[in-house]
Amino acid sequence: MFTEFYYYLKNFGVPVSFNEWQDLMEALDQGMAGSSLTGFYYLCRALLVKTEAHYDRFDLAFASYFQDIEAVEGLPEKIWEWLNREVPPLEVTEAMRRNHQQLDIEEMKRMLAERLAEQTEQHHGGNRWVGTGGTSPFGHSGYHPGGIRIGGDTRSLYAVKVAGMRRFQEFRTDETLGVRQFQLALRKLRQFTTRLDGAREELDLEGTIDQTCQNAGRLELKWARPRVNSMKVMLLMDAGGSMWPYTRLCNQLFTAVHKSSHFKDLKVFYFHNCIYDWLYNDPSCSQRDYTDTEYILRTCDSNYRVIIVGDASMGYAELMRPGGIIDWDLDNDRAGIEWLRRLRQHFEYSVWLNPIPARYWDRMEGAFTIGAIRTVFPMEELTVEGLERSIRKLKSRSRAGEESKLVY
Amino acid sequence: MATKMAQYKGSAQYIVSDELRNSVNIAIALGKPLLIKGEPGTGKTMLAQSIAEALDKQLIIWNIKSTTKAQEGLYVYDTVQRLYDSQFQDHDVSNIKQYIKHGKLGEAFRSHDQVVLLIDEIDKADLEFPNDLLWELDQMSYYIPETKETITARTRPIVIITSNAEKELPDAFLRRCIFHYIAFPEPDEMERIIRVHHPNLDKRLLEQAMETFYMLRNLNNIQKKPSTSELIDWLQALVVGGISPSKIKQDMPFLGVLLKKNEDLDLLLNGLQAKTQNRSKPRSSMWGR
Ligand SMILES: Nc1ncnc2c1ncn2[C@@H]1O[C@H](COP(=O)(O)OP(=O)(O)O)[C@@H](O)[C@H]1O
Ligand SMILES: [Mg+2]
Repeated sequence: MFTEFYYYLKNFGVPVSFNEWQDLMEALDQGMAGSSLTGFYYLCRALLVKTEAHYDRFDLAFASYFQDIEAVEGLPEKIWEWLNREVPPLEVTEAMRRNHQQLDIEEMKRMLAERLAEQTEQHHGGNRWVGTGGTSPFGHSGYHPGGIRIGGDTRSLYAVKVAGMRRFQEFRTDETLGVRQFQLALRKLRQFTTRLDGAREELDLEGTIDQTCQNAGRLELKWARPRVNSMKVMLLMDAGGSMWPYTRLCNQLFTAVHKSSHFKDLKVFYFHNCIYDWLYNDPSCSQRDYTDTEYILRTCDSNYRVIIVGDASMGYAELMRPGGIIDWDLDNDRAGIEWLRRLRQHFEYSVWLNPIPARYWDRMEGAFTIGAIRTVFPMEELTVEGLERSIRKLKSRSRAGEESKLVY
Repeated sequence: MATKMAQYKGSAQYIVSDELRNSVNIAIALGKPLLIKGEPGTGKTMLAQSIAEALDKQLIIWNIKSTTKAQEGLYVYDTVQRLYDSQFQDHDVSNIKQYIKHGKLGEAFRSHDQVVLLIDEIDKADLEFPNDLLWELDQMSYYIPETKETITARTRPIVIITSNAEKELPDAFLRRCIFHYIAFPEPDEMERIIRVHHPNLDKRLLEQAMETFYMLRNLNNIQKKPSTSELIDWLQALVVGGISPSKIKQDMPFLGVLLKKNEDLDLLLNGLQAKTQNRSKPRSSMWGR
């Protein structure tokens, strides 16, 4: 049944509501898919997918659903029905007629079934439909010889092929982002001092003017509730060399945090690979311009939401040993990890954002230190979705290290 | 029935992909707003113009700004004017109708013939803005309590809404729209777009310029990628400046037309320099265990 496709979409993470599904059914019943699977693909996508970030998931669901259909006969009856409606008028040229004269319908069907089978095999070989050009007796798109409709048209394969090409992979929000999207996520980080039912004690100028005019000049004062955000934020950013590849990403986050004017206070400090007794005031990490970590712990209350941004990848000693600091002219008498634990203990609302995609965390050079830091701070990828998850964590006290099984 | 509806097939000045044309026709047939998203300069605004032109309908444009309120699109009750009039007593202020000024949406609903209504850059407005329009766009009607009137669309306008993706739009709003993302044109489609604007362009010049253009777009750390309209302007500059095609890739003249941000210009220049010098390696490759 075609309803299965609904569950495919859900499974692949396309949030489809029942209403939209109903709309699609209606549109299909009206024959709006035209007569090709390609039209069907676009119709489904236009109605069911509401952001380019989900185009890729849709493609995956579509390709996977139709890939499971072995041969053309396997297409659900319902789809045939939809597609067979309203065949566009045939415009048959002499050349087309000559091309197709020798094939009868049965023959066409058989060949198509073969093509479909081939296609599936090729996919199993790992080559996702890409570059499967080639010639075919079905290749004269739009022409339906002998009354064979969608099935006799290569475009039917084309839709699946298009889906399989995954042209929209780069739009996934878990992979791309922008300042605005970060900002939007940060907007959720608010905490209003007044309850919604607090006293109305602020003059609502616009409302007053409006109401007074409505009264044709008789003054009527309008009052509103003041809304003040009490959220205080501290951003600690790794400015070390291994962060270079992520400069743009970090800049975007940085800009977004700065543009978010709704915080009551914002403090930004920098560190070099790991945090020790100094936090720098400037990304150049100049040894003349710093604040004592101890001082920050003493003066900033634990209501600060602390966002640490860093790749958490460093040498073993840098994190675990006193004196392990990377700067050759500095020394630390407490290991980096101890400082991190102290920060975490004081700032209970804190997260670590890592620009390295999570799928590499256990596999790359810094895997050990990433794992160790994850036992201290909850860690998320630095992506829009990761930031959104972090913000949820920043709203309540969350435990670190649930995800990490590392023992050391 | 779908086939009886006006079908959009594109227009002479506007190059439309099959995908986009499909979405436009789906939206028209279902009578739902079409939400168009895409990078700036991908022809979102122009699409509405093209639809109006191709279907020979009036185009009503509602440009959204950060301060635009949904109500303004329906109507404003000009109470201030009424107040003035009441002071001078030379108007009949009891006739409230004369103080109701219809907005763009109102204009579209009240039009005799079907119009194309463009709500341009909806993402500029406040987050709540789209939600405030849900009912009106659904029902294509609104009520004016001051005059106890209901305005209902005589023919459902074709509604095109554009967004530069500066903000996410609310789900409830999205559910009511047909959505289409205009992907950045591939070189062959771009060439067709260029030809609309510069029909007599030298083939080599176009080739070289396009290569440079896509190279710049593919640079990793670029902040503001050059868009279609910037390419069109750049080509104009190259033609007017009498630049020889062979010089384009090498000299990249009038680069400021393509890269609007100083950081991007710097990045490119530094990048070119770095190719010729041997940079020291970043620290990450120096870790030892
Ligand atoms: N598909 C297209 N066909 C013709 N011209 C286009 C196309 N896309 C973009 N352009 C050119 O780019 C310019 C910018 O397009 P516009 O519609 O203003 O973009 P947007 O609204 O997406 O920012 C147009 O004026 C036009 O010159
Ligand atoms: Mg525009």
